[in-house]
Amino acid sequence: MIEVRNLSKHFGDKVAVDNISFTVKKGEVLGFLGPNGAGKSTTMRMVTGYLPPTGGSVSIGDADVVDDEIAAKSKIGYLPENAPLYSDMTVDDFLRFAAEMRGVPASKIPAAIDKAIETCFLQRVRHQSVDTLSKGYRHRTCLAQSIIHDPEVLILDEPTDGLDPNQKHEVRGLIKRMGETKAIIFSTHILEEVEASCTRAIIIDRGKVIADGTPEQLKNKAENAGAVLVSVTGSAVASLRPELEKLSEVNRVESVESGDHAVTVRVFPNKGKGGALSAAIFKAAVDKNLTIQELKVEEGRLDELFRQITRSDIEA
Amino acid sequence: MVDAIIQLLLHFAIPALVVAAIFIALLMFALPREVRTVFKREVKSYFVSPIAYVCVVIFLVISNGITFWFGGMLESGEAELYRPFFQYMPWYFIVIAPAVGMRLWSEEQRLGTMELLMTMPLAPWHAIVGKFLAASVVVFAMLVLSFPIVMVVNYLGDPDNGVILAGFVATFLTALCYLAITSAISALTRSQIVALLVSIGVCLAVWLSGLPPITDAVDNLPRWNPFWPLLKLVTTLGVLPHFNEFAKGVLGFRDIVFFLSFIAFFLFATAIAIRAKRA
Repeated sequence: MIEVRNLSKHFGDKVAVDNISFTVKKGEVLGFLGPNGAGKSTTMRMVTGYLPPTGGSVSIGDADVVDDEIAAKSKIGYLPENAPLYSDMTVDDFLRFAAEMRGVPASKIPAAIDKAIETCFLQRVRHQSVDTLSKGYRHRTCLAQSIIHDPEVLILDEPTDGLDPNQKHEVRGLIKRMGETKAIIFSTHILEEVEASCTRAIIIDRGKVIADGTPEQLKNKAENAGAVLVSVTGSAVASLRPELEKLSEVNRVESVESGDHAVTVRVFPNKGKGGALSAAIFKAAVDKNLTIQELKVEEGRLDELFRQITRSDIEA
Repeated sequence: MVDAIIQLLLHFAIPALVVAAIFIALLMFALPREVRTVFKREVKSYFVSPIAYVCVVIFLVISNGITFWFGGMLESGEAELYRPFFQYMPWYFIVIAPAVGMRLWSEEQRLGTMELLMTMPLAPWHAIVGKFLAASVVVFAMLVLSFPIVMVVNYLGDPDNGVILAGFVATFLTALCYLAITSAISALTRSQIVALLVSIGVCLAVWLSGLPPITDAVDNLPRWNPFWPLLKLVTTLGVLPHFNEFAKGVLGFRDIVFFLSFIAFFLFATAIAIRAKRA
């Protein structure tokens, strides 16, 4: 549905987006991750046809965003960053305007407005002027605008920004539900959001795609994935670490907490031997007469991967 | 008295309303849905905010005040409106038209709604024309509300109402030229104040470049002067001679073409400015 091929964008000498390619099919929800200034918004602006690309192309369905602008744009619903709205309109008027602009037939506009208002929980404010709305309502009004014509493609730039936790939860659920029948791209820097509603995620940094996969695949790439966290107590706690380092299953051991009578370590497995690691650790601890308080196989977390592979501005 | 009213109806009110009706009919049927939607939104936005009312009131106070106090309308003893009324109109609009048009695109950029508008399935010219027409409705309202002066002059004497109508049309077209300039300039900035001030400057320049002392000075320059072609071009773009011809009741085809191409040029410049801003 969305096909991005070798997309680049330069602002003067600055390369904002560097040769990005990806596709999103119908029924997929693609999470777009990256640190601030990584090129997420720029990419989305090119996908929606707002910014002309410096190189490469984007097509929505069969329509090229540059050559067949209007056909491509009519398939898209777009929530820009910071949810801009005309401040002198009421929510109802604004949605009517959006529906008319998007070519919803006049007879179906009232129903479309009602549906969007219901979906985005705007009933309480529908006759209120936009400039009296709180940030959460403004955001949801703009979200309502993007879904009013029931588009095949949804591009959402930080859809949960500025929402309270309940609203965030609702919007995530909404994205997941809509994702069953549409092709959705959304950007965020909240990693749990990716796990909650994406079928696939892309991490970009400095304009380049540096990871692409399902949330599970990405988590497995995290350094800690498969590592075992073990806490023991006993008189001979100091002997645990050397003992573990002798095991063939163990790659390295990292100390998390150490005391005279209690030690917590993280044990990283050698490649391919993760399965037997817990048993080996258990055996080693029992041999040394230590009491295991906790033994846990770690899952690998997206935020770890994120920190691992994206360079922060501070280092640069 | 009854005759005067019938005269006024026949020669002024009816033609004016016919023109207005054609204008509205064109808008409602000939223009694409996208233009109409933008137009409706903008007109509404003008009249919910105080800006349209403020501009209309200021215009009416100044135009009527000057006509009676400085234009010497009553003292002149002549039943015509060019000398006391219309000849000053382009001067007011040098300020009023930019005040009406300054928000057209700068506000859109300040709010960030530009991104929304430009990702909707419409061609840029739809939005440009829709917004321009909305601003021209405000100007149109100003001119319609100047009608009492027509009644006054008809009550006092026996003017040629055809010429008066031509004066209104000339004023309207001149104001539209200024609005088109303002539209292009407001597309370049997100600040309404900058748009206002720069537009006033450009409108003033466009008006002055057609002023006889300036056009004569340029014509008297020796042709070998390297700046002559440029200066000549600038004076040719002056709106004033076309306004004068028109307002005196001489409906020249050339003048109409001039006004329309002037407006078209600056609306096209708006499109270029918007495109440049996006890239």
